[in-house]
Amino acid sequence: MTDMAVMSQTTSASSQPRRWGVFRHSLVLARRNLIKTRRNPGLVGDALMLPIIFLLLFVYLFGGAVAGSTTEYLQYLFPGILVMSTLIAGLLSTGLNINIDIKKGVFDRFRSMPIDRSAPLIGSVLGDTVRYVVAVVTVFAVGYAMGFRVQTDFPSVLAASALSVTLGFCLGWLTVLIGVTVNEENVVSTVGFLGIFPLAFGTDMVAPKETLPGWLQAWVEVNPVTHAVDATRGLLLGGPVAESVIVTLLWSAGFLLVFGTLALRAYRHRA
Amino acid sequence: MTAENAHTRTSTITSGTTLAIEASGLAKSFGTTRAVDGVDFTIEAGTVHGLLGPNGAGKTTVVRLLATLLRPDAGRAAIMGHDIIRDPAAVRRRISLTGQFASVDEDLTGAENLTMFGQLLDLPKSAAKVRARELLDEFQLTEAGDNRVRTYSGGMRRRLDLAASLIGRPDVVFLDEPTTGLDPGKREELWQMIRSIARSGGTVLLTTQYMEEADALADQITVINHGTVIARGTPPELKRIVGGQIVVVRPKDTARISEAASIVQAVLGYEPDAASTEVLTAPVDGDADFARIVARLASAGIEVVELSLRLPSLDEVFYTLTGRQTDNDENQGAAA
Repeated sequence: MTDMAVMSQTTSASSQPRRWGVFRHSLVLARRNLIKTRRNPGLVGDALMLPIIFLLLFVYLFGGAVAGSTTEYLQYLFPGILVMSTLIAGLLSTGLNINIDIKKGVFDRFRSMPIDRSAPLIGSVLGDTVRYVVAVVTVFAVGYAMGFRVQTDFPSVLAASALSVTLGFCLGWLTVLIGVTVNEENVVSTVGFLGIFPLAFGTDMVAPKETLPGWLQAWVEVNPVTHAVDATRGLLLGGPVAESVIVTLLWSAGFLLVFGTLALRAYRHRA
Repeated sequence: MTAENAHTRTSTITSGTTLAIEASGLAKSFGTTRAVDGVDFTIEAGTVHGLLGPNGAGKTTVVRLLATLLRPDAGRAAIMGHDIIRDPAAVRRRISLTGQFASVDEDLTGAENLTMFGQLLDLPKSAAKVRARELLDEFQLTEAGDNRVRTYSGGMRRRLDLAASLIGRPDVVFLDEPTTGLDPGKREELWQMIRSIARSGGTVLLTTQYMEEADALADQITVINHGTVIARGTPPELKRIVGGQIVVVRPKDTARISEAASIVQAVLGYEPDAASTEVLTAPVDGDADFARIVARLASAGIEVVELSLRLPSLDEVFYTLTGRQTDNDENQGAAA
């Protein structure tokens, strides 16, 4: 083997830090995540299974009994399933991937490089946004095939999708925080998975709030996801939405601020 | 730009006094465990330095402190003149770190991995791709470059890992146990690649548990145990500490072992180690002492089932240096 003349010939790649590094580096790392997602389509598929199974299950098993007809029940249930699909995309992806990165050596390599320490985290989160898009498109496609029909217009559909993606994205930072702080991969996925049940089902997604027992009604009222389900339902089927949209956005901003800040801090300082 | 940089590098090396790494009094505790407890060393630019020690000695922690992944509790260190605490960003622009576990992405191809690291080091994409190809060729991964790392063998992963370390042409390369888990043939191959980094002007700090590896690669060795430096020197200097070679005496009649021990002591001037009731070992300086032991045992009529001279193992180096046995038995007789 010859000497590595390549070592010393040209200029050191990183002698001068360039501006906007954190953005460029985050984009490079986001692209890495996209490649990984594309090569492991099964992971995205897993996250889609749950909302679709629930959609089929509830509509065809209970629809007739609950709402008199499966078609009518589909109209009622669908907005909740849409929100659920983005929650799952948020809670079951980024945090887990980051946890795996940390345990392998990739994390150490990133941290010993002259890049901002938040770039790998931001890149990972950005790269995972594709999962939300896939989730929304797939859920709409299945819903339409089953007979769901939007009662409003296209901008409202976009707004409903954007709103549920926003909530899923912001709440997803909770699992990012867990993924950065704990060592066990299982803990991250368990928290993400179990979190979905109280958050998504503890709403009026499946049945009107009035039909639920009192203690559950109390939870439904404080659960931020309830507002997102109401807002999405209003946007897709018509009805007042202003208040529930605003409340959802406020909650989302809160999640992003609290969990995002804590996750970035923990990531920067993690040994 | 090209000529200028090459010139800078050359002058750094020829001046001979430039220190790539200076560390003094480095300390780091995790809870109540003092992982690193006052470590000092200096490493000249353009050399390979071996940090040798058993599992849990604090080698990895030293590397993580120097690579700015951890902050020391006490002490200071500088890499190419840049303080690791005051100016970690400048340090990171001059180093690369390859950890114990392959730090490349399994879902990406070799070329994609290298290109990504190049882009993170602010090379434009096209330049990063060219650089990736150069390094793939250099590390004999030309053909595997477009396959996913998932399909690579252990040796290929380590080579890719090493290639990834060199993308930014770092002044100092940290290699944390670069050959752990590789079979001997692959280890030799990686050693050659590590040597060529130093030949082209880079400074290498590598940690290892293998005396053999430190011996084969390092210009200077620092031996650490329980977070402190217990010896330092060139490989021959260190071997002299344990007397270079070990004489092993196993009398046929175990009852005569103390008689044999006093003969060995008479020749060497010090007591042999009685590892068991059947065998004696002692470090010796040269063949002459060995010949004298053979002659005296024969004239005393002590028959032996084993009487041999061998090189010290890492365990024996540690036994000599620390006066206690390590838990690490896998290196028995590995020193060459």
